[in-house]
Amino acid sequence: MTVAQQPEALSFECETGNYHTFCPISCVAWLYQKIEDSFFLVIGTKTCGYFLQNAMGVMIFAEPRYAMAELEEGDISAQLSDYEELKRLCLQIKRDRNPSVIVWIGTCTTEIIKTDLEGLAPKLESEIGIPIVVARANGLDYAFTQGEDTVLAAMANRCPDKAPVAETEKIERNAIAKLLNFGKKKEDVAQDESEYVDHPPLVLFGSLPDPVVTQLTLELKRQGIKVSGWLPAKRFTELPVLEEGYYVAGVNPFLSRTATTLMRRRKCKLIGAPFPIGPDGTRAWIEKICSVFGITPKGLDEREAQIWAGLEDYVKLIRGKSVFFMGDNLLEVSQARFLIRCGMTVHEIGIPYMDKRYQAAELALLEKTCQEMNSPLPRIVEKPDNYNQLQRIYELKPDLVITGMAHANPLEARGINTKWSVEFTFAQIHGFTNARDMLELVTRPLRRNNNLKDLGWDKLVREEAKI
Amino acid sequence: MKLAYWMYAGPAHIGTLRIASSFKNVHAIMHAPIGDDYFNVMRSMLSRERDFTPVTTSVVDRNVLARGSQEKVVDNIIRKDAEEHPDLIVLTPTCTSSILQEDLHNFVERAQLEAKGDVMLADVNHYRYNELQAADRTLDQIVQYYIEKARKRGELAEGKTAKPSVNIIGTTTLGFHNNHDCTELKRLMADLGIEVNTLIPEGASVKDLKKMSQAWFNLVPYRELGLTTARYLEEQFGTPYIDITPMGVVETARCIRKIQQVINAQGAEVDYENFINEQTLHVSQAAWFSRSIDCQNLTGKKAVVFGDNTHAAAITKILAREMGIHVVWAGTYCKYDADWFREQVSEYCDEVLISEDHGEIGDAIARVEPSAIFGTQMERHVGKRLDIPCGVIAAPIHVQNFPIGYKPFMGYEGTNQITDLIYNSFTLGMEDHLLEIFGGHDTKEVITRGISADSDLNWTKDGQAELNKIPGFVRGKVKRNTEKFARDRGFKEINAEVLYAAKEAVGA
Repeated sequence: MTVAQQPEALSFECETGNYHTFCPISCVAWLYQKIEDSFFLVIGTKTCGYFLQNAMGVMIFAEPRYAMAELEEGDISAQLSDYEELKRLCLQIKRDRNPSVIVWIGTCTTEIIKTDLEGLAPKLESEIGIPIVVARANGLDYAFTQGEDTVLAAMANRCPDKAPVAETEKIERNAIAKLLNFGKKKEDVAQDESEYVDHPPLVLFGSLPDPVVTQLTLELKRQGIKVSGWLPAKRFTELPVLEEGYYVAGVNPFLSRTATTLMRRRKCKLIGAPFPIGPDGTRAWIEKICSVFGITPKGLDEREAQIWAGLEDYVKLIRGKSVFFMGDNLLEVSQARFLIRCGMTVHEIGIPYMDKRYQAAELALLEKTCQEMNSPLPRIVEKPDNYNQLQRIYELKPDLVITGMAHANPLEARGINTKWSVEFTFAQIHGFTNARDMLELVTRPLRRNNNLKDLGWDKLVREEAKI
Repeated sequence: MKLAYWMYAGPAHIGTLRIASSFKNVHAIMHAPIGDDYFNVMRSMLSRERDFTPVTTSVVDRNVLARGSQEKVVDNIIRKDAEEHPDLIVLTPTCTSSILQEDLHNFVERAQLEAKGDVMLADVNHYRYNELQAADRTLDQIVQYYIEKARKRGELAEGKTAKPSVNIIGTTTLGFHNNHDCTELKRLMADLGIEVNTLIPEGASVKDLKKMSQAWFNLVPYRELGLTTARYLEEQFGTPYIDITPMGVVETARCIRKIQQVINAQGAEVDYENFINEQTLHVSQAAWFSRSIDCQNLTGKKAVVFGDNTHAAAITKILAREMGIHVVWAGTYCKYDADWFREQVSEYCDEVLISEDHGEIGDAIARVEPSAIFGTQMERHVGKRLDIPCGVIAAPIHVQNFPIGYKPFMGYEGTNQITDLIYNSFTLGMEDHLLEIFGGHDTKEVITRGISADSDLNWTKDGQAELNKIPGFVRGKVKRNTEKFARDRGFKEINAEVLYAAKEAVGA
């Protein structure tokens, strides 16, 4: 199944890495909301704080469970002891918020001055009695959503190994629960178990909003597959059990470190599947999981067809149109694959980082989709160069450019439609149910154009502005 | 280390970038890791720039950490020089790059050998200065560079302009209402018969800087930005500067009188008294507003003010001196220039508060329970939490503080705008208060004949739980659509699966 054997293979290029994206510390914005009993402490400078403050917008006013440990000149020149300083701040956090976990986010500065966060954490943890998880989500090494990857990889090491004590406790609790349910929903409990096929435990990884978690869990339940847990769970104290031999599957394309950690450190088996983005991706994701467990999928044909039928009004708008991904959040390959299935042509897939192993199944599906849709294979540009990309955009004149906010308004002013890529990170785009939401975003600039098309206001920069 | 959630002034490099990208055809190259170019997003989103922000990054990554930047920075400068032909490239260090202690000066010198445009290193210590101080210093650095360069080449403009003229120094991109202030100041100068010699940095070309010496005087409207430059020009060319912010009726008059004095000393023979009188009594509505019964109702009402030096000081004076409002405390986050602020406002408020800690400011607001707050976006949110109206008068600001309509804070039109801002804040507060006393708009229970008013459908526990996860403002719609969907298909019970099936079917 290797890509290279194909006669017409995907081409991979690598440019200068001079592109715009969010700093990976932005992951605190969605992770503190996801993990309800956590507190994220970003150990960095004013620059990090300024970025978070502006990127998080109104969320900052809602007393977020995140803060900066702002390094001062004394910290940089080691006149102050890192340990004492961090202890002081963490005790303050414990006193004010009493979280179940403090996540330290290491930044560029802690890398450069070589603060040994991994070494300090266990010591401080035992002293203050709160777990401290260290994630080095810095701009030297990672881009945007990869921040979540570093946090989840660190969390993976904290998942319990189903200790025997916990087991008896669990049974007891279940017994009590059964007792309480007695006479009320007795048959429900029994029925619950019989709905599932007998298969080894499956844990999914990737942070998704709770409604999407429910949707994907239900989707697998229809096939008789039970999801034993999610990494991350709603609370740090509810991290899933991970035993050797458990199966794991990723829901997002940027989780390669987490996948590696689960395989190597926790001895889990990774199900390499395309990601459940778009009805085609969701179906392929479910099919792959079913095939690993030896289950024949039921009713997926009709289900997928039914979803596509519901999308037709949106697909009609984009069919035959072209799209250019400048690349900033690593969702690009899955999105491109879905849009090609919708009948779009993809000129270029810019992407910050391409893990060909973790994304292998997704890349294979992309290639297959191109062949089936009779669409040219897009070039995949890793570490793109935004300046060069803009020259290519001027030349290709794509119908839609999916890009960051730094370029969106200037491109619009030049008559090029854009969709701001960060929205895909925060919107609900996974599973059958949310395919429409993804297209809602993609078609928005085109629908806007239909509304405004007769006004003749396409290009809004003066000619001399372009050299 | 310091625990911080929010900062009023940004890091130093933001100041440098604001100056660089205000000039025309100046490019900034940041020596920074991936993700530090957030400035581009802010400029593109907040001020809705149509052009690409002229800022790129020479990326600091693992290789740079291991081996140093080597040719990378130099290559990036030369490349940008060839691609866009800027007049000037400003190499901008960030807090990350400043701990690497690479010899950026050396890179600049090497790049200068090949680049056609000028290359300069922004000389700002990231751990000692904030955004505002850095902007002030960078502007001064650029002006000095071009004056020195012109002097060496003998291109420095000689003498003064024939008619009285001014350099307006300090309006920048991403500055609070700067573009509107700029228009208003140009209009004011035109009314006074004064030519604008240069207006820097917003929209200026570095090539214009050599003629700065020709102005009769320099006007520095903002306390935070431009004073260093004005002082340098005074020292070099003996050009007097005026640092009275023309904000509010009294201060605008004071600024104009000072202009009169400064240019008359150079032989202009102007008398602006009639102009001031006419504008004050008939053009600006602010003086008349002070007399009107609306303003009478504001007498003695309590307000608090917080912001940067320029705006907080000006608004405090307007509230106290021009409207008779009781300013309980006035504060600034410009700690480094606190003495100036104290001196400006002490006689107009009970207490002066100097702090960069938003928690302290929030507590101080809660303590005095004012009828209105005038502050930054942070104070606006404190106001929301405490149910106190807030007028935003200073950065940090959001996109709604970059209005498209003409809304200067300076000059005579500025006085009108400020009057609206203040009056609207207070009346809104009054309305709310009255509504509360009388128990809301309409106390009769509203009975809607909505589709879900009399539901025969049963929501299961998990269905209800999923419904509750849906944001409040769309929940009603989702509920109605789901119930309609369930009814159409004859479901008696709605669980999570039915809810999502409805979503798939009708896009609810």
